[in-house]
Parts: sequence; C-alpha cells; structure tokens
Amino acid sequence: MAAEARVSDFTGKAHVALNDPKLRANFRRAMDGLMTKRAAQFADPEEWATLRARGAAIRADALARLPELLERLEANLTRNGVTVHWAESTEEANAIVLGILREAGATRVIKGKSMVTEEMHLNAFLEANGVIPVESDLGEYIIQLAGEAPSHIVMPCIHMNKGEIAELFADKIEGLGYTENVDELTAAARRALRGRFADAQAGISGVNFAIAETGSLVLIENEGNGRLSTTLPPVHIAVTGIEKVIERLEDVAPLLSLLPRSATGQPITTYVNMISGPRKPGEKDGPREVHLVLLDNGRSKVYGDTQLADTLRCIRCAACMNHCPVYTRVGGHTYTFTYPGPIGKILTPQLEGLDCAGDQPHASTLCGACAEVCPVQIPIPDLLARLRTEAVKPSSDAVKGGGSSATLADSLGWAGWKALYSSPALYGLASRALGWFGNLMPASAPMLRTWTAVRTKPKFAAKSLHQLAREKGFSHD
Amino acid sequence: MSASIRPDSVYFFGTCLIDLFYPEAGLAGMELLRREGLKVVFPQKQTCCGQPARNNGHQDEARAVARLQLDAFPEDWPIVVPSGSCAGMMKTHYAELFENTPDHARAVAFSARVFELTEFLVDVLKVRLVDKGRPVTITWHPSCHSQREAKVVDQPKALLGQLANVTLVENPRETECCGFGGAFAVRQPEVSAAMVTDKVASIEATGASRVISGDCGCLMNITGAAEKSRKPFSGTHIAQFLMERCHGR
Repeated sequence: MAAEARVSDFTGKAHVALNDPKLRANFRRAMDGLMTKRAAQFADPEEWATLRARGAAIRADALARLPELLERLEANLTRNGVTVHWAESTEEANAIVLGILREAGATRVIKGKSMVTEEMHLNAFLEANGVIPVESDLGEYIIQLAGEAPSHIVMPCIHMNKGEIAELFADKIEGLGYTENVDELTAAARRALRGRFADAQAGISGVNFAIAETGSLVLIENEGNGRLSTTLPPVHIAVTGIEKVIERLEDVAPLLSLLPRSATGQPITTYVNMISGPRKPGEKDGPREVHLVLLDNGRSKVYGDTQLADTLRCIRCAACMNHCPVYTRVGGHTYTFTYPGPIGKILTPQLEGLDCAGDQPHASTLCGACAEVCPVQIPIPDLLARLRTEAVKPSSDAVKGGGSSATLADSLGWAGWKALYSSPALYGLASRALGWFGNLMPASAPMLRTWTAVRTKPKFAAKSLHQLAREKGFSHD
Repeated sequence: MSASIRPDSVYFFGTCLIDLFYPEAGLAGMELLRREGLKVVFPQKQTCCGQPARNNGHQDEARAVARLQLDAFPEDWPIVVPSGSCAGMMKTHYAELFENTPDHARAVAFSARVFELTEFLVDVLKVRLVDKGRPVTITWHPSCHSQREAKVVDQPKALLGQLANVTLVENPRETECCGFGGAFAVRQPEVSAAMVTDKVASIEATGASRVISGDCGCLMNITGAAEKSRKPFSGTHIAQFLMERCHGR
C-alpha cells in the first residue's frame, strides 16, 4: 500500500492545535523542560562551539564523499555478513522488508524506534500484508495503541500527558485499570511487550550512524528495547536513509557527545549498540541474519544541490523543534508529514515537493533559534529562504514542485515593491502620501484585518525620517 | 573599517519601518551619534535594505533595492543602523545576494561597514551616558535577528546598565521570538497572534512599565498587542529611550 498523496495544510491544522489548550500546555511544558536540560549540558560556550564545529565537519566531510563512503559501507557490511539492500523509493523499501520477512516466514515483528520506517509508512504496509508489527519503544508503543503518528522525532508521544496515556492504557491493555502512576503504566507496557519480544520472528530498527570503515551500525536508545529488537529475533532488518553514513569509528565519539545532549539533555544514552553482523559460529546470541535497507526517497536529489545538501547533515536530535517557537505552539501533527519542526520545514518540501508542502518554509519567522542549537550547524533559516525562492522562482529543477507558488498577484506585488523602493523620487512621493492619508485606512481593510485581530493599527508618522533629517539639518552627502 | 577606529563622519541608514512609522526613533539615533561629535550623514536616496523581498523568495527585487543602497552610501564611512534586523540583512546576506554579479565586491565592502546602532555606540564610540531621568523599571526585548544575525547581544544591556535610575528586569523568555516575522504575521496570523500574546504576557509578568527594544518590527507587534489588550506597559526604541534619559524627560 503506497502512502496516499498528502498535501500540507499548515494554517488549518495550526488553527486546530492553537485552540487546544491541553495540547499547547503539553508541548510548552515539555519543550521548556528539554531546553533547560540541553542548556545545562552545554553550559560552556567554548566547548559547545568546538564540539559542534567538529560535528558539522564530520557530517559535511562524509556528505562530500557520500557515494564513495556508501560503497565502502556496503563492502564492509557485506564482509561482516550483513546483506545490504538499496531502495530508491519508500515503496521499494517496503517491498524489500516484506520480501525478507516472507523469506524468513516471519509474520510477527518487533520494532525499535525508526523515523525512516515512519517515512515509509511501514507499519500500515506490513499490516496490509499480513504481518503484525509491534512498536517496542515506549513512546512509539503508546502512539501505536492510539493509532497516531509521532508528533516529535525523538519523543513521539510528547503531545500526550499522563492522564491521556492512563486513559489509553486502561482502554487498550487487558486487565489494567485506570492509573496515572507512571511506574505502573511503564510496568504494564513492559509486561505487554515482553511476550512480543519473545515470540517475534524478526526485529526492525533504525540506525543513528553507519560507519563505512568498519561496516557497523550505531543505534542509541534508553530502554534496552533496541538491543532486544536487534538481538533476540532470528532476523534483524535495519532501515536507514543513505545520508546517515560517516567515515570512521572515531567520528562516532563527537557525534555521540552531541546527539543525546542536544536531544534530551542526557550526557549519553543508556544503551549504545554497535551492530557489526549476525551471530558468528560459536556465539550464543544475536540474529542469524542481518539486513540493512538504505533508502534514498529523494535524498540524492537534495544531495545534488550544494546549498540544499546541508539538509542531509541532520543527525535527528530534534533540538531545532525543541527550541522552535512555532513548533512549541502548534505541535508536530500540524506538519502533516513525518518530520515536523524546522528540520521538517526544510526536508519535507524537498522530499515531497514544494507543490505539496510549499506552505512549510513560510511557517517560520526566520527567528534562527533552530540554527543556534543545531549540533551540526545546518543553516536552517537560509535554507528556508532558499526554498521560498524555489517556490516562486526556481533557479533550476533543484527542488520538486519548484515554481508552484508563483502567482501573478505575487509577482506583480513584488514588482511594484521593487519599483517603489528602488526609486528615491517615487518613494519620497509615496511616503508623503502615506503620512497624509495612510492612517485613513480602516483597521478592517483586508490586509490589516489579520494584523488588527490582536493588535492595534500601526500609525503612519506625519513626517518621514527623510523629512525630519532635512529639517533638523542632517547633511545628506 | 576597524571597530576600534573612531571616525569623524558616519552614515545613518534609517530603515523603511522607522522612516514611515517611527521617525522619532531614527532621529534619536542620529542625535545620539551627533552628540558624540560625529558628522552624521543621512543620504536622502536611501530606502530599504531589501529584506522583505529576500525573505519572501524574490531575490531579484531584493537585489535591485539593495543596489540602490550600495549607491546611496558611497564614502568609506561606517553605516549605522537602528535595527538589528536590517543590520543583520546588510551584514550577513548582501554577499550571497550579489554573488556572481559585478556588484559583489562592493557589496562585501558595504557589509563590512554596517554597524547596528548600539554596537557602534558601545564598541566604537565607547559612549558614557548620564541618566537624568526619574526612576523607572524596564525590560529588554532583543530581536531575533539582532541576537542571531547581527550578533548584537551585550551592547544594548551595557548601555541600559549605565543608566543609574533605570532598573532592568530580565524577562525569562526574553530570547523567544515575538511572532512578527514580517509576512509571517499575515501568512500565519493565528500562530503569530499566539506568539505575541505569550510575549506580551511574559513582559507583563516582569512588572516593568516599559519594554525597550532595538527593533521597530518587534515593537510594532508587541506594543500593538499590548495596547489592544490594555496591558500596563508601553514600548520604546532604545535610541529614543536613551535620548530621553540623557535629557531628563
């Protein structure tokens, strides 16, 4: 089942989210907590500056040699006994995963957290094909029970509070009454999941970093579910985007220092898994088959543009959304697609097309809070501005759906703006006229109405600064 | 232009928003420079830095308007700007805007001459202010582009800190965007409204009777929302506030 074509409706969904006080309180509280924790981790500005410059360089260097590193990764993984699969599209990736499962006769699957499988809508696809996937990350388990999509890339159920989860569990987990006791809720999930780990015929996980020189996959997590999902079942399928490759083992340490600290404010995650192949003869545990599915899904197109390729540096820490004043108020579901927040606003239009998600680059004040905390220095506001340009005046075919926001009214409006502001004489006349008559415009005028809904009308000054400067004797040359 | 050299003459770039809505803020900025003994030149050909077009995807229009500014400030004097947002645009985006055009070299040279007003007052002129005003409690609102593009963070507070009768109460949510964002306020009016409503509440919670900022875009948004909801504080551009204090008004 292919994902149905979807179109972003940021304004409409934001309206719903903004009018949901519980949702807004949940996000505000959670994001405040995450910002505070992250700030404590990076209290030393020099350490932060040095470390993020290192992180950015590692990712940029890896991307600069992406084709070569992917080949090395494949060779070394193959040598380690891992089967590597390449998928151009999410449909192909889904078919590959299903093929592996069918080959192994697996119908019960346990899953570790993976945003790429969300991008593929893998769960829906597997269910439609007779496979039962069970999410084992607590947050993912919760939203799977609720039938929802993640609202955050690190904390998928962050939009829900304790009471909502208590209701959900009482409704969905047999034998559990309503309780807001977090330990009891966690224990109930653990009990429900334990059997699923034991009887799963395959495990599916994501990947944080794929190391080219050693052919190993790094997976970080806090619950041990990632380790169980990747070691207990006889078959492990790891799924990742092609951009996640890094060159050296030694690159892992700085990135591991940046990722959890940026994400959750933890110095390190509880589990750091280094997966380097299936069970070897004489070993007592581990899967007998390990597969890696490398998904493109538009990434090589992003890679083709030198500026936009910076998007691919992302290590999915979510610091950008944790610090985004827009995300904090509207939540992750407002973004329609898999990746919300600032990273989503630059990634989604490139993966899905500006014709589907052209409103997302504009759902930003360009405040730059995201870029300030990005551990790999992605210049998100510059990329937002670039995508705005591609939407009205595509420089080439760099982005799918380029030019789809071009309208006659928009281009005439900006042509008029240019004529006015590039002619001192015309501008002088216009500013005088606005000083005389501008304030006659009623607050209910179409453009003003959106402004005056919560604000008073701005007042044109009787005399412009140009006039006052002349009158006060300031030289003009 | 080295930041340590004190020039005899400076240019003043008033910004389009100040020109039409807050000329008294611009005038105060020019007075602050003039009283330091500088010749302050306000080229009458100036209009707008080009940011609105640039931020809305219209690079050609932005470049045409920016080019007029390159022409309007011909001497090798510092260009002082009473806005972190416009200064940020002129400092950090002109190079890319004029890339692969014959104007690139002079755009880069122009960017190097741009100073945000408080940055210039503190870093170059090292001004000392004498507060003649009555005791007042204020809070500071830094614009996003001032903090993150123009990289002006400490200078405004250093100036406000020189004022003996001014108590500065820090807003714990000071660095959060007010929700203006130019066309954003029209494209996403409800999100913008939610942001400014929160910003106004956070300012009110400081107990300050005035919010001071270096950017009139933020001020238009914040004071507009504060007025509409009848909040007990007003907003003033820092240039105007400093002039007031120096004259004891």
